Amino acid sequence: MSATSTSVRQVSVGRTVAWVLLFILLIVTLFPFYWMLRTAFSDNTQLPGHPHSLLPVETTLGAFKRVLGLSSIEEAQAQGGSGAAVNFWLYLRNSLVVATITTVCQVFFSAMAAYAFARLRWPGRDKVFALFLAALMVPPIFTTLPNFVLIKNLGLLNSFAGIILPGAFMTPFAIFFLRQFFLGINRELEEAAMIDGAGHRRIFFGLIIPMSGAPIATLAILTYINSWNDYFWPLLVGQQENVRVLTVALGVFRSQTPQGGPDWAGLMAATLIAALPMIILFLAFAKRITNSIGFSGIK
Amino acid sequence: MTATTNAPPTSERSHGGRAAPPGKRRGLGDLKVAMIFLAPATLGFVVFYIWPTLRGAYLSFTEYSLLQPPKFNGLANYDRMIHDSFFWNALGVTVEYVVINIGLQTVLAVGIAMLMYRLTKSITVRAIILAPYLVANVVVALVWYWMLDVQVGVVNTFLSWFGIDPIAFFGDSHWAIPTVAGINVWRHMGYTALLVFAGLQTIPSYVYEAAEVDGSTEWKTFWRITLPLLRPVLVMVLVVTMIGSFQIFDTVAVTTQGGPINATRVIYYYIYERAFTRFDFGYASAMALVLFAILAVVSLVQLRLLRARESDLA
Repeated sequence: MSATSTSVRQVSVGRTVAWVLLFILLIVTLFPFYWMLRTAFSDNTQLPGHPHSLLPVETTLGAFKRVLGLSSIEEAQAQGGSGAAVNFWLYLRNSLVVATITTVCQVFFSAMAAYAFARLRWPGRDKVFALFLAALMVPPIFTTLPNFVLIKNLGLLNSFAGIILPGAFMTPFAIFFLRQFFLGINRELEEAAMIDGAGHRRIFFGLIIPMSGAPIATLAILTYINSWNDYFWPLLVGQQENVRVLTVALGVFRSQTPQGGPDWAGLMAATLIAALPMIILFLAFAKRITNSIGFSGIK
Repeated sequence: MTATTNAPPTSERSHGGRAAPPGKRRGLGDLKVAMIFLAPATLGFVVFYIWPTLRGAYLSFTEYSLLQPPKFNGLANYDRMIHDSFFWNALGVTVEYVVINIGLQTVLAVGIAMLMYRLTKSITVRAIILAPYLVANVVVALVWYWMLDVQVGVVNTFLSWFGIDPIAFFGDSHWAIPTVAGINVWRHMGYTALLVFAGLQTIPSYVYEAAEVDGSTEWKTFWRITLPLLRPVLVMVLVVTMIGSFQIFDTVAVTTQGGPINATRVIYYYIYERAFTRFDFGYASAMALVLFAILAVVSLVQLRLLRARESDLA
C-alpha cells in the first residue's frame, strides 16, 4: 500500500498538519471512553460542582456498588441513586447466555450451510444461495413485527428461547462470509480424504472446519459483539427482569434515574459494565477484527 | 426458486446421476448430503426470514391489534398513511437525519482514511479509530447524553470557554436531529474509514507514480486520481451506510424518545410506537413495507451506479 510514499519524505508543513489532525481525531475518538471511566469513579453528589475536572471527582466505588446491588437503598439514595433495585450481575449473566448461545449456534449452522453452498454440487444450488443473499435486503424492522407475533403465539415472550431463536440458525451474512473461505480450500485435499474413505461429515469436521479456524473465529467474534450490543429485539421480547439483557437494562436504568439530579455516576458505571466485556474482547482481537472490516464491507 | 423443497424422491437419484450432463461429475449425487447440511439454516431462514416477510406484507393490508386475528381491510392502512401528518413528519425527520449523518460521515471517513493511508500503517491507530463501532448504540447514546447535558455536560463547559451559551442539544428541536446524527457519526466514522481505507489499498501504485512524475500536487492527485478511482468503493459504502442509517432507532429510543415535539420521531421509532405502545400492528406493518420499498430503491440505484463504474480502472 505504501508504495507511493516509500521514499522517505521530508518533514513538511503539510505532513505535520496531517499528523496533528490525526492526533485530534484519535482524542475525539477516545475521549468519551475516558469520560465514562472518569464519571463512573466519581461521587455523584459532587459531580455538578466540577463539570470539567479531568480526574474523577472525589474518587469512589460508590456508583459501581449501587449498580451491582451491593449498597443498601438508603445509601444509594444518599449518593443520588434512584433507590430502585438494580442488579447488573443478573443482566450481565443474561447477556452472556444470549450472546454465547446465539454465536455458537449461528456460526455452526451457518458453517454447515456454507459447506453445502461451497463444497457440494447439487442442482439449484446457486439459485438457493441467491435467495439466501436476497434476504439481506429485507430491513430488520419488516421481519421483526411478524417475528414478534410468532414468538408471542409460541408463548416464548420473556424467555431466552424467544430472544435467541431468530438469530440462532443463520444469518445470510454469516453464510456468505464462510462460503467465501470454503470456496478457496483446495479440492485435492478433499479428494484425497475421500479416497481414504472419508464421508462428508468427516471432511466437514476433520478438514474444512480445522482449516478455517481464522475466518470462523473472526465471524464468531463479530457475531458475539453484534449479539451483545443488540437492543431492539431483546427490548421487544425480553422485558422481564429474569431475561433482561444489559442493553435493555441500561435503557430501563436511564429512565429510572431521577429527573432533577440524574445519577450520572451510576449511569456511567452501568454503561462501563455493559461495554467492558466488548472492550476486553476488542483489545484481545483488535488485529483480527480490524483486518476483517475491509472484507465484510466489500462484497 | 424454492429448490430445497423441490428435492426429487431418492429413487430418482441414481437415475438422475447417470443422466447428468457432461461436466457435472456427480449429478444429483450431493443433493441428499446438501439437504442435511442445509437443514438447520433453511429452517431458520424459512421461519424467521421468508415466512415473516410474506406475513408482514399480508399484515400491512389488515387491521390487527395482536388481541384478535388480523382483519383484512384492503388499502385502508395505506390510505391512512397518506393522510397521517406524523408519518410524513417521521419520513422528513429520517431524511434529515440520513442526509446529515451520511454527509458528515462520508467526508470524515474519507479524510480519516486518507490520513491513515498517507501517514501510518499502525494497527493501533486503526483499532482506536474502530473502537466506538464495537460499543453498543445504547452505551454510545448514554455517554453522549451525559457529555451533552445542558447544565453539567462537559461539551457545554468546553463551549463556555469560547463564550458560547449552553446548548440544549437534546431539548432544542433544531439541535436534536443534528445531535443524534453527530453521535452516530462518531460511532460509525471509523468503520466507514476502514472500508474506504481498504478501497485505497486497491488503487495500484503506478497510477500515483505517474502522477508524481507529472508533478501533480497532493491536492490535485486526490481530486483527479484518488477520488475518481475510489468511486466504486464510495458508492458501495454510501449505500450500505445509508440503508443502515434509515433504520436509526436505538439512539433515539434511549435519548429523546421522539421529542422534543416530534423533532426526532424517526420512521423506525414511529413504527415501533405504533406497533408496541398502541398495538396498531397492521398500520405499523404497512409503514415498514414502505420503508422496505424505499430501501429497495436505494439499493437499485446503487446497482446502477456500480455498473456505470465498472470500467473506471481499465
